Amino acid sequence: MYETQYHRATSVEGAARLMGEAEDGKFLAGGMTLIPTMKQRLASPSDLVDLRRIEALKGVKISGRTVRIGAVTSHYDVSINEELAKLCPAIVSLAGHIGDPQVRNMGTIGGSIANNDPAADYPSALLALEATIITNRRSIPASEYFVGLFETALGSDEIVTAVEFTAPDKAAYKKFPNPASLYAMAGVFVAKSGDKVRVAVTGAGENGVFRLEDAETALATNFSPSALDGLAVDPDGLLSDMHASAEYRANLVKVMAKRAVAEIANRPM
Amino acid sequence: MGVEGVGARVLRKEDRRFITGKGKYTDDMFVPGMKHAAFVRSLHAHAKVTGIKVDAAKAMPGVIGVLTGKELKADGIGNLICGWMIHSKDGTPMKMGAWSPLATDTVRYVGDAVAIVIADSKGQARDAAEAVEVTYEELPVVVSAVAALKEGAPQLHPEAPGNLIFDWDLGDEKATDEAFAKAAHVTRMDIVNNRLIPNAMEPRATLGVYDAGEDHYTCWTTSQNPHVARLVMSAFYNVAPENKLRVIAPDVGGGFGSKIYIYPEELVCLWASKKTGVPVKWVADRTESFLADAHGRDHVTHAELAFDKDNRIVGFKVQTIANLGAYMSLFSSSVPTYLYATLLSGQYDIPAIHANVKTVYTNTAPVDAYRGAGRPEATFVVERMMETAARELKVSPAELRRKNFVRSFPHQTPVIMCYDAGDFDATLDAGMKAADYAGFEKRREEAAKRGKLRGIGMSCYIEACGIAPSAAVGSLGAGVGLWESAEVRVNAVGTIEILTGSHSHGQGHETTFAQLAAERFGVPIDSVSIVHGDTDKVQMGMGTYGSRSGAVGMSAIVKALDKVEAKAKKIAAHLLEADEADIEIKNGDVRVAGTDKTVPWFQVALAAYTAHNLPSGMEPGLKEGAFYDPSNFTFPGGCHICEVEVDPDTGTTEIIQFVAADDFGKIINPMIVEGQVHGGLAQGIGQALLEGTHYDDSGQLLTASYMDYTMPRAQDLPSFNIMTTETPCPSNPLGIKGCGEAGAIGSPPAVINAITDAIRNNDLAMPATPQAVWAAIQAAK
Amino acid sequence: MAKVELVVNGRAVTGEAEDRTLLVHFLRENLGLTGTHVGCDTSQCGACVVHVDGRAVKSCTMLAAQASGSTVTTIEGLSPNGELHPLQAAFRENHALQCGFCTPGMLMSSADMIRRHPEGLDEATVRLELEGNICRCTGYHNIVKAVLDASAKMGKGAVKAA
Repeated sequence: MYETQYHRATSVEGAARLMGEAEDGKFLAGGMTLIPTMKQRLASPSDLVDLRRIEALKGVKISGRTVRIGAVTSHYDVSINEELAKLCPAIVSLAGHIGDPQVRNMGTIGGSIANNDPAADYPSALLALEATIITNRRSIPASEYFVGLFETALGSDEIVTAVEFTAPDKAAYKKFPNPASLYAMAGVFVAKSGDKVRVAVTGAGENGVFRLEDAETALATNFSPSALDGLAVDPDGLLSDMHASAEYRANLVKVMAKRAVAEIANRPM
Repeated sequence: MGVEGVGARVLRKEDRRFITGKGKYTDDMFVPGMKHAAFVRSLHAHAKVTGIKVDAAKAMPGVIGVLTGKELKADGIGNLICGWMIHSKDGTPMKMGAWSPLATDTVRYVGDAVAIVIADSKGQARDAAEAVEVTYEELPVVVSAVAALKEGAPQLHPEAPGNLIFDWDLGDEKATDEAFAKAAHVTRMDIVNNRLIPNAMEPRATLGVYDAGEDHYTCWTTSQNPHVARLVMSAFYNVAPENKLRVIAPDVGGGFGSKIYIYPEELVCLWASKKTGVPVKWVADRTESFLADAHGRDHVTHAELAFDKDNRIVGFKVQTIANLGAYMSLFSSSVPTYLYATLLSGQYDIPAIHANVKTVYTNTAPVDAYRGAGRPEATFVVERMMETAARELKVSPAELRRKNFVRSFPHQTPVIMCYDAGDFDATLDAGMKAADYAGFEKRREEAAKRGKLRGIGMSCYIEACGIAPSAAVGSLGAGVGLWESAEVRVNAVGTIEILTGSHSHGQGHETTFAQLAAERFGVPIDSVSIVHGDTDKVQMGMGTYGSRSGAVGMSAIVKALDKVEAKAKKIAAHLLEADEADIEIKNGDVRVAGTDKTVPWFQVALAAYTAHNLPSGMEPGLKEGAFYDPSNFTFPGGCHICEVEVDPDTGTTEIIQFVAADDFGKIINPMIVEGQVHGGLAQGIGQALLEGTHYDDSGQLLTASYMDYTMPRAQDLPSFNIMTTETPCPSNPLGIKGCGEAGAIGSPPAVINAITDAIRNNDLAMPATPQAVWAAIQAAK
Repeated sequence: MAKVELVVNGRAVTGEAEDRTLLVHFLRENLGLTGTHVGCDTSQCGACVVHVDGRAVKSCTMLAAQASGSTVTTIEGLSPNGELHPLQAAFRENHALQCGFCTPGMLMSSADMIRRHPEGLDEATVRLELEGNICRCTGYHNIVKAVLDASAKMGKGAVKAA
């Protein structure tokens, strides 16, 4: 790791100010991606502004069907939230399967979506849930927030403070992990509210998370796994590497989508 | 057997320090004034080094020195060598290219060391290493061994035209051809044994300390054989004479072969300590380990197996191309030859075998022994061929094997080995019973109802351990003898120290070796200490690899214990005024058999050291040493059965059950043997399902971290169902065969035989990742 | 340089380190607590796991400065009274370690796992929850046994049926 300067922020305003003063700073939340990247000398921020101790950014708040998750809430804290588990078990289960237990203890939802790794789990959920990303300046719909590989709509000193969404009637997330890294190689989040179905895919797209609109259309009229039997996922535009060719990923996307639908269809609630 | 003697499940003496965080590994060593090293490594797989500028690096904060190969050469430090001479079939010696510890004119793989930087902190050393400016002129690259043999391929070493190191034959080609001419059926296959990266959890590390006052060097290192390291660094690399060089391998966090060899880093740090006047520590990060540890396997083979009309094997032909990487590592030449082709007879009575092995240079990391070393490659060929032949001949894979088993011993194979003992029916029967092999088809049908493809596969392996008779390996080209040494020191109060040339890096020697003394003298195991891993304490030893510490290392201890026992009995006979032949040692007492005349063990020891009343002419003291040179290899064998379910939608394989029935001869501590089998199975299953090494065409290692190289995790593996049968080994005093590698040797073909059975497509390479299995399912549609 | 203030294994410690210093290196080099190991660069092997404010984290993926103000427990502090912790005893009794290098991280992760599952553990859960720890020696067979054994001894309830 190159030398850097560490700063601990105690408020969002303070964090923004520290970042404004930094030459080439980066915000640090759980650090589960940023620190390994710095260790490999692939990132060399002059300053790190640590957001993890800002109390205002922590915790899950639920009112009615509206869910608000503070940006530095750890994956573990999301995964054990009983109230959220009743309202939207899919997001709780997703959080409980990110990385490994130690990563879940440190990693945060804000860090995950600010980094927008194409294989991260949360982006698919937020896109399918039509969530809103709240920053220290504005609110951004998920559909406009995720721009591309490691790219978001965030400005350079803009801080994610929370994400907010309305709990769907039903939802499920299924992922097929990369055998080595355990990151998603194809992760599909399916959300259903009334007749509206949203299907979002992570881990597979060349430009990061994307919606699978053909599947949404098919499921809107017939919400069952068999509705996807004829679905053709185009390998064009999917990632291809030694672990999974684009063709194999296309197959996984379809299989994971069907399994997510099956899980919803078989769930009592 | 007592509670702490031979055959008992004694809990490990060494555990307390490891479970409380008090183990002492090389990176845990801190000496006053110690500084940190980073290596500048080649980013190119093949290039001329046209310049190295170090001034900017030298001016960086905290930097103490930057040293290059030119200075190393000027100080007379020698090139790295391969210590096992192989001659090609035309009689010419193998073509060894020069391997400079720090490259001076050419780099030949990504990770090849070019310079060393020493600084106050590791971070500063890394910062400065980046500031060393190396200019390169890139050369064409070849990474596959098959491609490297083709005409016009990039050439690595001027010493080895066509990149060919040797072209070696074993067996009788003419007799094999004649057998094939009469064959009723021939099974033919092309088989790849995938390259693996060992990945001991402790990365390699070294701390070199030069003491100018004594003109003496100390090398702490992550080694499986510190004495061999001292010998080689002294005799061949000219670092220091042996009496001025102490090598210490303290707690070592796993080896699996990768810590046998003497790598550039150890000797460069020792030399750099003298050059800079400070102790120099280097610890590999994991990516450095991926790049620069010796890899394993990497064979491409064509095999043909001939049967008569009764399905008896009549001949076996094998042609193998083995990739040895950019340089010949210390024992690299022995692995695809005498540790591989000599095992091609498997458990079977095969009258004629012919093997040809070509070894090749490529722009990849050096390849050497990795758990099993040659024997997994041989077993994979033999057992994939047997399973495939059974499918072609439409007979039971178990019965085809049984029909061809060797049943009378000793059995001389056509490929050097003489099997001294075994009972292959016993392990096959035990394995099939435990796996309910007969009931499999019902389970397959049940799985099909759930949409899963279920398959079963077996592997009946034999391997050769306890390497090895020194004169025999000497005649085959080995540069060293493969005996072992031991010294048993009984202290004046009766406690015991056993010094051994074996090295424990997870095998539990501190417990099993102590069990031998506890059994012999009836003393508590806590009063026996094992001393190893330090050339200042143990005079000489050959170290731990090839499952040799039991069969060879413990046999040396038995020899030394025999001598101690004989002397103790003489002293006791004198003290008890009895005949020496009537003395027996039991439960800590030395007694005259059949009487109540006893003298406590500690008093015999005390008498040896007070020397007030010893038999006339006897020297004081109770300490004996021994060297044990084995008379033959040992031959563990067994039957592994794997049952899998494949998810046809994703290609994911789940291992439903894994049965291993092994014959290791006599067992000293079953708990430790079971642990060795579990670990070996995990590595074998890892090779079969998960672990693939990928270089791209430009020689960049794509699998250089755990992000891309799949290590077996707990969720990838089942609990194992293992058992042992016992035919004692007649070739050593304890009847031990060795158990360290069997798991990794026997398991890969069982896994692949099971998956190919499930998916009904025999064309499947390792690792059988979900993607590969899914593709094979699609191809079979 | 960053000022680092921690409570480590019950003892308040302060020190100075480069801002880039990882918690694991601060523990090993500044405090001499070498039981915590480094086995990879990508936060996957888990040899470096310690507890920070009661939760298992990878100390190779946290700056010492980031941890400042926290309470840290390392393998040396797992059992402060000199007796073996039930997990340490279970690892020994079940031969759940060979070379010992991954063992401190395995123990710290397992302790966290048992804490999070007071209802008890089954084999599948233990295997899944060990995904952040890599062992090359044991094939995990005896590690899984040891964690189940300790969980049964430490928990109120019996082990759930597998």
